[in-house]
Amino acid sequence: MQKKKRSFWQWLKTYEGQKILTTILFLLVPVTCLILFTVIPAGNMVLFSFQERDRYGLDAKWVGLENYKTVFSNPDYFMTFKNSIYYLIGSFAQQALALLLASILCSKIKLRNFFKGVLFFPYMMNGVAVSLIFMRFFALGDGIVTQTGTVNTILQQLGMDPVKFLSDPSIANYCLVFISIWRYIGFDIVMYIGAIQSISSDIYEAADLDGANGWQRFRYIVFPSIKPIISLQLILAIKGAVSVFEIPYIITEGKFGTSTFVIKTHETGMVFQKVGLASAMAVVLLIIIIIVTLIQKHFFKESDEDKPSKKKKAQNGEVA
Amino acid sequence: MASVTDTQGGHKIKKRRRHYSPAQILVSFLKYLVLIIGCIMVFLPMVVIILGAFKEHKEFLSTGVFELPEKLYLGNFKEAFYKGDVSLGLKNTFIILIVSCIGTILTGTMTAFVVQRFDSLLSRTVKAAFLVATLLPNISMQVTVFQIVDKIGVYDSLWAPIILYVGTDIISIYIFIQFLSQISTSLDESAIVDGASYPRIYFSIILPLLRPAIATVLIIKMVGIYNDFYTANLYMPSNDLPVISTALYRFIGPYGAKWEIIMAGIIIAILPTLIIFLCLQKYIYSGLVSGSVKE
Repeated sequence: MQKKKRSFWQWLKTYEGQKILTTILFLLVPVTCLILFTVIPAGNMVLFSFQERDRYGLDAKWVGLENYKTVFSNPDYFMTFKNSIYYLIGSFAQQALALLLASILCSKIKLRNFFKGVLFFPYMMNGVAVSLIFMRFFALGDGIVTQTGTVNTILQQLGMDPVKFLSDPSIANYCLVFISIWRYIGFDIVMYIGAIQSISSDIYEAADLDGANGWQRFRYIVFPSIKPIISLQLILAIKGAVSVFEIPYIITEGKFGTSTFVIKTHETGMVFQKVGLASAMAVVLLIIIIIVTLIQKHFFKESDEDKPSKKKKAQNGEVA
Repeated sequence: MASVTDTQGGHKIKKRRRHYSPAQILVSFLKYLVLIIGCIMVFLPMVVIILGAFKEHKEFLSTGVFELPEKLYLGNFKEAFYKGDVSLGLKNTFIILIVSCIGTILTGTMTAFVVQRFDSLLSRTVKAAFLVATLLPNISMQVTVFQIVDKIGVYDSLWAPIILYVGTDIISIYIFIQFLSQISTSLDESAIVDGASYPRIYFSIILPLLRPAIATVLIIKMVGIYNDFYTANLYMPSNDLPVISTALYRFIGPYGAKWEIIMAGIIIAILPTLIIFLCLQKYIYSGLVSGSVKE
């Protein structure tokens, strides 16, 4: 007994034994967490999507593909993807604008860091604070207990009628997309600045000798060098657009035709406790995102070291 | 970065020596115009909040949004901070922030160390598992993650967000793995020759070498946790368990008719971010952007 124990300790002191012990000790917590919070939930999600069950899974019953049928046939659910189109188009505009601002900030400009800082700061701001700021910005106000918001004050001073920005279904989504651009554009600007500045200065000097003007420099040097990043951003915009949650959830609670697929999933699962249906919706979203990710990996395989992605951003902004 | 700035400085001098053509003046006028419009767009929504936060209730209702407050009234800040639970929210946020950051750094670097330095079947399997896990979007998993959190008994406590922030942060692990793969193994090998054990190598060689990656992860993590609303809203619904985001969110109901207090709350919530941003600007740009360089 005594001898065996000692030999075990001796074995532990060899690098072989140490390696195994260290592997187990170091990976215990992360792997447990991975199993608990990623593997099991993912498995459950697929499983539950074929069931009808409540939050606690009491009396769950198999319904086959019924939940998926509901997701795709009931306009209440799948049609929320329609709103993603607003965000998708918005994020294309956002990329164009960010590129413009980044190129301006990379040219000879006074107070460059000030402008960069101001434009970037909204990205750092708390999402609830941003939402509240814009509830005030677009508020209508009734003149008795709530004050007229910023935009409507300006409109009134210009002699125009106030507008119900956030409760008129025909414009609410545009306002929400505007807020989303306001919040996230700083990140893209900083990223494009980084990409533009990583272009070797030799190329600029050569272009300068050839007498290239600003536009030509952008068209023939800057744009081709950062084209992969731009296309990556555009692909990632799809991911962002289908997972919009926070801003519409806080500002309009998904009312007035502003609900998104994630808000709907959240409502279905957490408020109405239809966990089976919510799981089916989550699986649909998962599949869309996985397809987009695979496309992106396929096209941007070669040098993923220097390809900034928006995935972190999407997660930061919406969940993590 | 420096070299590019220099070149641009060079252009400036060259162009200055040349004459300014009207077209050049127009272009640089347009540049500043675009930037100034951009800044106005950023400031305009916020200016109104700042002005309103210093007004008393009656004054707030009777004056226009762009009118300056009569005097710097601080009562709204007091009410938001104490009655509106912003103080409690800040306290809880900082507790979560500190514990999660320490947890993430330890588990993240340990995982990276094992996965990157040991070439065993187990470590390869774990690496592959984490790689697949990056594909799964957090947001769509919450329906079922919720049940696990409920089952292990941490629902509605500070532990729920802490465990989730530490346990589902696969991106940090990837940043560490990527960084570690660029550090040569020669230091580890010479330590092994000197008879150091693996845990010792981790603590006295790997961990210090990973400092730049740790800084990046810390910045991403801090900004992410401080601004996260979803996790706390879902997993800590109790009124006495607010974080800064949910404390602010819960203003909407009770203070719906007292926006000047909500505005004060917004300012208090943003202030720590602003201070950190002004102090660490350079690191934040590179941290957040390089942190997204992944996959």
